[in-house]
Amino acid sequence: MIFEAILLTVITAATPLVIAAFGELVTERAGVLNLGVEGMMIMGAVGAFAAAQATGSPYIGLLAGIATGAVFSLFFGFLTLTLVTNQVATGLSLTILGLGASGMLGESYVGIPGIKVPQVYIPYLSEIPFIGPVLFHQDLVFYLSIVLVIGINWFLFKSRSGLKLRAIGDNHGSAHALGIDVIRTRYLAVMFGGACAGLAGAQLSLVYTPQWVENMAAGRGWIALALVVFASWRPWRVLAGGYLFGAVSIGQLHAQAFGIGIPSQFLSMLPYAATIVVLIIISHNRRTTLINTPASLGKAFVPDR
Amino acid sequence: MKKLALALAATAALVISVGSTAQAADKTKVCFIYVGTRTDGGWTQAHENGRLEVEKEFGDKVETPYLESVPEGPDAERAIERMARSGCSLIFTTSFGFMDATIKVAQKFPKVKFEHATGFKAAENVATYNSRFYEGRYIQGQIAAKMSKKGLAGYIASFPIPEVVMGINAFELGAKSVNPDFKLKVVWANTWFDPGKEADAAKALIDQGVDILTQHTDTTAPMQVAAERGIMAFGQASDMIKAGPKTQLTAIVDTWGAYYIKRTRALLEGTWKSEQIWDGLKDGILTMAPYTNMPDDVKKMAEETEAKIKSGELHPFTGPINKQDGTPWLKDGEKADDGTLLGMNFYVQGVDDKLPQ
Repeated sequence: MIFEAILLTVITAATPLVIAAFGELVTERAGVLNLGVEGMMIMGAVGAFAAAQATGSPYIGLLAGIATGAVFSLFFGFLTLTLVTNQVATGLSLTILGLGASGMLGESYVGIPGIKVPQVYIPYLSEIPFIGPVLFHQDLVFYLSIVLVIGINWFLFKSRSGLKLRAIGDNHGSAHALGIDVIRTRYLAVMFGGACAGLAGAQLSLVYTPQWVENMAAGRGWIALALVVFASWRPWRVLAGGYLFGAVSIGQLHAQAFGIGIPSQFLSMLPYAATIVVLIIISHNRRTTLINTPASLGKAFVPDR
Repeated sequence: MKKLALALAATAALVISVGSTAQAADKTKVCFIYVGTRTDGGWTQAHENGRLEVEKEFGDKVETPYLESVPEGPDAERAIERMARSGCSLIFTTSFGFMDATIKVAQKFPKVKFEHATGFKAAENVATYNSRFYEGRYIQGQIAAKMSKKGLAGYIASFPIPEVVMGINAFELGAKSVNPDFKLKVVWANTWFDPGKEADAAKALIDQGVDILTQHTDTTAPMQVAAERGIMAFGQASDMIKAGPKTQLTAIVDTWGAYYIKRTRALLEGTWKSEQIWDGLKDGILTMAPYTNMPDDVKKMAEETEAKIKSGELHPFTGPINKQDGTPWLKDGEKADDGTLLGMNFYVQGVDDKLPQ
């Protein structure tokens, strides 16, 4: 029973991380480094909450969260792709802007009880002992995250457009010479990243803790960014890493309640420490670095220069 | 890069929004520096409510500009100094982390009066004020012991600082005064503010069998989880009844208004002096949200305890009290002094947790 309960909370905690990370993974595979995940996520959270309140429907809320994230990321796309501003600085300011703007937009929603996305029973499957209730009695966003990982994996590694996108990320000059529209593809990738971050934010304000409080993303956007590197730009590894991060953060709370004497600060730090270890390993091994890291990541593309 | 600079400037303007700063010669300026936003539903909102009471009380005589979302650190000093330069006569800096910045600015502006919340550094023109939250925690502990069927409560704690440890101990002592075997499980969230993590901590505690929940973190997420799972809980800093109409038993409510009015009046009448205030239920700086969702006899007990604390008949930290490992701390009838409480770094007997060092 207790393991079932722990697994359920691990899934809820990991879902926003993996969804935001999936979006960032696609963005980075296209060669764009968007550090504004936290900002897009919080905008998605407030957008979703507001729309759910206005319409009374959590599903419209989810859609609004996705839309808010995508539209907000368009701003990043315009600055970095059209005006060719520095991606790192623009991404950081996008986060600050998102935190400020969401606080302002959400001012009247503080303290209002939220609308929760209902859980979906999958008939028959949810009756399987143990795994049934954990895997097949979940909210819609969890199922979406599984669909996303399958879809993204197929798109990136099995489809023609995915190949083009990866080509742009690896060498935008050559891709351009081959006649691939670099800027357009990057715009789409950035917007997809924003939509995912928005959905992750919507999960926070409609599933995880159905309420709006300022800054409620509380650093999850940064964990998602770390997760992409941790997973060395591979969708399934993002999923595994996300569940690992979730398991550590939930596990340490349970360990405390059980009275296991590991310092909680140490356990809270583990996901980040693991990311650093992975970074050291992958940058040490030149072959994996070359294979996985998009070579044009963070570099601006100006077609006619 | 110019565009980026513009974007950053616009962002800064959004993050730090400024209240009315219009100059008016005949009005006294009483100013406030907030660490969070006015609508955070917890800590800063409680201070904002106090500011509004000052406005209401003095009407046209005072003006009360504020700065919100001021980060603790170098920016705090700039923000406080800006307030001092803009003609504030009295400045309330309402977060522990503003302590050093307040003292520094106060040295530059000897004519301006400063008041710092929850700090311990004072000066001739710097007063400090704080609330005895532990008095409310003791009452909560008593209620918990009456209402819990298992004699086991969960406590979501933020950081192992004296104020939090003091709260945990007061809760356990209150519970023990009703049920000597009462146990308290503690989970450290290592954050003041993360709804998701607070909710997870609440779920972990409930999954491990606690049937009453209390928190020393800032959001209403634990209350929400308690409501979902059908157990009882206590609110923190603000009345959280909206998050759990059938869940909240009571809440510790910070009510700074009376204090702010008192100090503003002292300023206007020219009797303001630097003091180090640590007030509690008696002075109305701390109030209890209505006792709800409990039988009448429990409510009566809580009200009686509240009255006894107000009259000074009862001090939550009165011996005999043993430390967690069983070594004696306070002798029979002995009361803990404020210095010990403000530096508290140990648990009392009955707390089922190892204090992080």
